[in-house]
Amino acid sequence: MLDLFFIIQKLILVSAVLAITLVIAMYTTYAERKLAAFFQDRVGPNRAGPFGILQPLADGLKFMFKEAFIPANANKFLFVLGPSISMIAACMACGVIPWGSSLMIMGHEVPLQIADLNVGVLYLFGVVSLGVYGIMIGGWASNNKYALLSTIRASSQMISYEIAMGIALIALTLSTGTLSLKEIVSLQHGGHWNVWVQPLGFIIFIICAFAETNRMPFDLPECETELVGGYHTEYSGMQLGFYLFAEYINMFVSSTVMAALYFGGFNFPFLNSLGLSHNLVTLLGVGVFFAKIFALMFFFIWIRWTIPRFRYDQLMRLGWKVLMPLAIFNMLVTAVLILL
Amino acid sequence: MLTNRSKVVVNKTLTFSESLYFPAIFRGLMITMSHLFKRKVTVRYPEQTRVFSPVYRGLHVLKRDEKGAERCTACGLCAVACPAEAITMVAAEREPGQEALFREEKYAAQYEINMLRCIFCGLCEEACPKEAIYLTPRLVPSSFKREDFFWKKERLLETVENRVDVSRRLMRPAQKGAA
Repeated sequence: MLDLFFIIQKLILVSAVLAITLVIAMYTTYAERKLAAFFQDRVGPNRAGPFGILQPLADGLKFMFKEAFIPANANKFLFVLGPSISMIAACMACGVIPWGSSLMIMGHEVPLQIADLNVGVLYLFGVVSLGVYGIMIGGWASNNKYALLSTIRASSQMISYEIAMGIALIALTLSTGTLSLKEIVSLQHGGHWNVWVQPLGFIIFIICAFAETNRMPFDLPECETELVGGYHTEYSGMQLGFYLFAEYINMFVSSTVMAALYFGGFNFPFLNSLGLSHNLVTLLGVGVFFAKIFALMFFFIWIRWTIPRFRYDQLMRLGWKVLMPLAIFNMLVTAVLILL
Repeated sequence: MLTNRSKVVVNKTLTFSESLYFPAIFRGLMITMSHLFKRKVTVRYPEQTRVFSPVYRGLHVLKRDEKGAERCTACGLCAVACPAEAITMVAAEREPGQEALFREEKYAAQYEINMLRCIFCGLCEEACPKEAIYLTPRLVPSSFKREDFFWKKERLLETVENRVDVSRRLMRPAQKGAA
């Protein structure tokens, strides 16, 4: 029954999740620049507002007021479509994440999840894979050899790493027995995190997540030393901003997914022994979930400023000859252990 | 082999533990983490300034003597000594009654240093027989206009109330000791 309360509740939830995602992605750029500076013994942006806290706003405004130039020989429709797809695909994944258990508002139980799909993991995987189309279409439409080369790299890299990622996920669903994210999270209640059950699977998953988000050890699509700017060589203005921004949203989404799948989501130890009201426990859970997400995002940034980029053949070797056999091995071992 | 710095390239294959990458990655992560808490080397410029060396050669000053009269006699030795040809001047003769203004019979009616040409070598200071020009540990302020870098006498000259201390420059033994 679609009553008014339900519609309003979902609308508020959707806008809240979208707003939170965008704000967090915005401030991840700030965190990245600040942490990069700290890792290199510098101070980082500190001019816009106290401690440079308004820096992301200044960056956004700069992108807005710059000319979004479209090259003469580019396919104009696809050129604009590319960054839009990147952005939309990045935002869409937040729809199935269980941000918290539920809130009791005016006698109704409001689950803190936009849609509890029973195939949530599959949806997530599909939407994340859509992200590569943004890069492919944008790079191809630019009509620029660097962009095209980078596009080829990006698509082959993403396809290679998606396989290992998918198989790691199969092992996870084998051990949890469900594809619904909400159920996977609630099964990890009381410190029974999946990362203890699936340590190898988690390592494979996180490596693939780095590759999927084009983050540092795997950022070959946009490696500026070889490919000028990669797929966004020809982009400027807010279209470029969308591409760069989508990377940070992807980073946030990957951290969220990993926190939900492997680190217990909004569960934390001694959850029910505190003797607090239901709503308070839920809000605490949301806080704990975000703490886990931020820890993982810090790890993303930390890795970026530590490890140099892979060579392209090494990247492919790692994907096909190391990660995929490992993932299959992990899946088989999990299956055998469940059978026994 | 002339420099003895050439190295023989060794293409050794990685051992199994090395090919796992994880120990190396972990060590790298620890290194970056230790840098996270290190003291930052950045000088936050407009708020913080670096301490200059006492003999820093920055913006010039034209000195007055103890009575407040200009020391410069427009002899032109500084302009001749200047390797960048940054100094120009026009000499004039002192009129009766101007004794308090100018120390000797001849003075510089105009005196200009082009700070964009100046290389701050300090040769003008060494050439000056009247101890009239010195380099000071001050910076030439930045500007958007080229004209702002042509420093006229009015800007270079110290005022009677606001003397510029050049005693640090005078302490250099080689210059004044030999002269």
